[in-house]
Amino acid sequence: MGALSTGHFVWTTIFKVIVFFTLLMLMIGGLVLFERKLAGFIQDRSGPNRVGPWGLLQTAADGLKFLLKEETYPHAAQMVFYLLAPALAMFPATILFAVIPFASPLPTGWGLVHMIVADVPVGFLYVLAIGSFGVYGVVMAGWSSGSKYALLGGMRGSAQMISYEVGLALTLVPIVLLGGGVRIPDLISLQQGWSGQGPHTLGMWLFLPLGVSFLLFFVTGLAETKRIPFDLPEAEAELIAGYHTEYSAMKFGMFFLGEYAHMLTTAALITVFFLGGWDIPFWSGDNIRVLADGTVIGNPTWWKTVLTFLSFTIKTGALVTVFVWVRWTLPRFRYDQLMELGWKFVIVVATAYVFVIAGAVLALDRIGVPLGLGYAGILAGLNVVLLGILLFVVDRGRLLRGAAYGLMERLGGPSPRRRSRRARSTVGGS
Amino acid sequence: MPGEVKVMRRPEEKGSYVRAALKGMSVTFRHMVNPRNVTQQYPDEKWELSPRMRGTHRMATHEDGRAKCVACGLCPTVCPVNCIKLIPAEDENGERYAAVYEIDEFRCIFCGYCQEVCPVEAIHLGVHYENAEYTRERWVYDLERLCSQTQPFTALWDPADPASE
Repeated sequence: MGALSTGHFVWTTIFKVIVFFTLLMLMIGGLVLFERKLAGFIQDRSGPNRVGPWGLLQTAADGLKFLLKEETYPHAAQMVFYLLAPALAMFPATILFAVIPFASPLPTGWGLVHMIVADVPVGFLYVLAIGSFGVYGVVMAGWSSGSKYALLGGMRGSAQMISYEVGLALTLVPIVLLGGGVRIPDLISLQQGWSGQGPHTLGMWLFLPLGVSFLLFFVTGLAETKRIPFDLPEAEAELIAGYHTEYSAMKFGMFFLGEYAHMLTTAALITVFFLGGWDIPFWSGDNIRVLADGTVIGNPTWWKTVLTFLSFTIKTGALVTVFVWVRWTLPRFRYDQLMELGWKFVIVVATAYVFVIAGAVLALDRIGVPLGLGYAGILAGLNVVLLGILLFVVDRGRLLRGAAYGLMERLGGPSPRRRSRRARSTVGGS
Repeated sequence: MPGEVKVMRRPEEKGSYVRAALKGMSVTFRHMVNPRNVTQQYPDEKWELSPRMRGTHRMATHEDGRAKCVACGLCPTVCPVNCIKLIPAEDENGERYAAVYEIDEFRCIFCGYCQEVCPVEAIHLGVHYENAEYTRERWVYDLERLCSQTQPFTALWDPADPASE
């Protein structure tokens, strides 16, 4: 089955944009309800259950309310930026979905339609570049509202997002080292069990051979979506609603949509980078590879597209569930803890990890281990060791200190040994 | 050393964020998969109210629909917040009745003194809530409205314990 002609390519792309955007918006609607329901269950409540059966129409009612409410404009607002900010908050999260492959390619009468809106050769560099745009919406909203709470939220948000973006980018470097490229469909075929033609693959989802990256990406992803425990830009208890304090009606709705879109995007990115994308585990029938030059390896059929789409949805959904679960469990960090975690842990560990993986790759290549399951297995073993060190050695009182520890120090501390160690370090809780 | 501050006596080396977080996650997970739902579905299910619950007033009436009130003036006197407005009048038989009897339920503190002091057991508090209105004026109940209330009268003492009388 050949590639699409240019004319067909244009209209299928437009069609895909419309379908995927609608799908994304519907998924956000479902996600909002899902989160509220799950939050209810965690807190022994029922969650929304008044609008429609089982509360299913709650999000529709909320959306309607957003559209019908009065728009307010603060007197002190800088109008141009004030109006621009909600759009800028929503736009990066939604267009990030353009480079995420949803399913295996779909064969049609006109040619093979790729289930990805834009198969850009720069792949996840696009993700990093567009992801950085998110900070503009936050800082613009905070600054242009003319409110001190919004300004504080915007400042916190920009500082947080910029800090964690460095870590986010660094955690993706090991993927390039293993995959040898940044094109996203290539990353998915890298994770499929592969024995046919084309370049060799690892035959294992990357969360095993790159476990530390997976963990760090999850943490920085949470920070980038500004969700608990990283929701300091919004911190209701301190800042009312942070950077979107002064927004009402649909302008607030756009921040809201943007936040949930960002959550879905982050979950989808983790799926693509570390959980095999649309790959179905332990089944080689879905090994369909489209190389950058358009060559297709494997047998795409319509039902494989449906199955792989389901697989992608299940993985993303599971990650979103974990996000929600984390949100309704953990308390918010203090700001110094947040910055410490970002600069002194994530970035340091991610940088060191790049060197470790580079060394491991170099060593494995020198020894002559072929790229494949054994190669990935060795890396997975290495990662188990590294994760053990990180979680059980580094975590002991060093990862995130409680405020009480600094207090104990100031009050004298229980043991002279601890006092001397604390005297050397100036960080934490004080 | 300030006594009010709780100081962690746990050695810092034993504190672990990851372990504590995972512990919390396991707690919330148990509730997530097996929610112990205690929510009362309010408009569908309602509380069983105590017979002594003191809600908005109701005036007792004779069989012919006249209010039992004899306009003695005790309730406006005893009312601690002055929410009862009473203008007495006399009919052709020389019997006193309330020409104007209004209770501002917004001002009322539902102490129940009016019911306690009433010599003819005319004014009562009612076992009733859900009194939402669109205007404040609607909260001033006149005699006609007080007579047409249907909620049960508030009991002044626990009917299960006559000794409390």
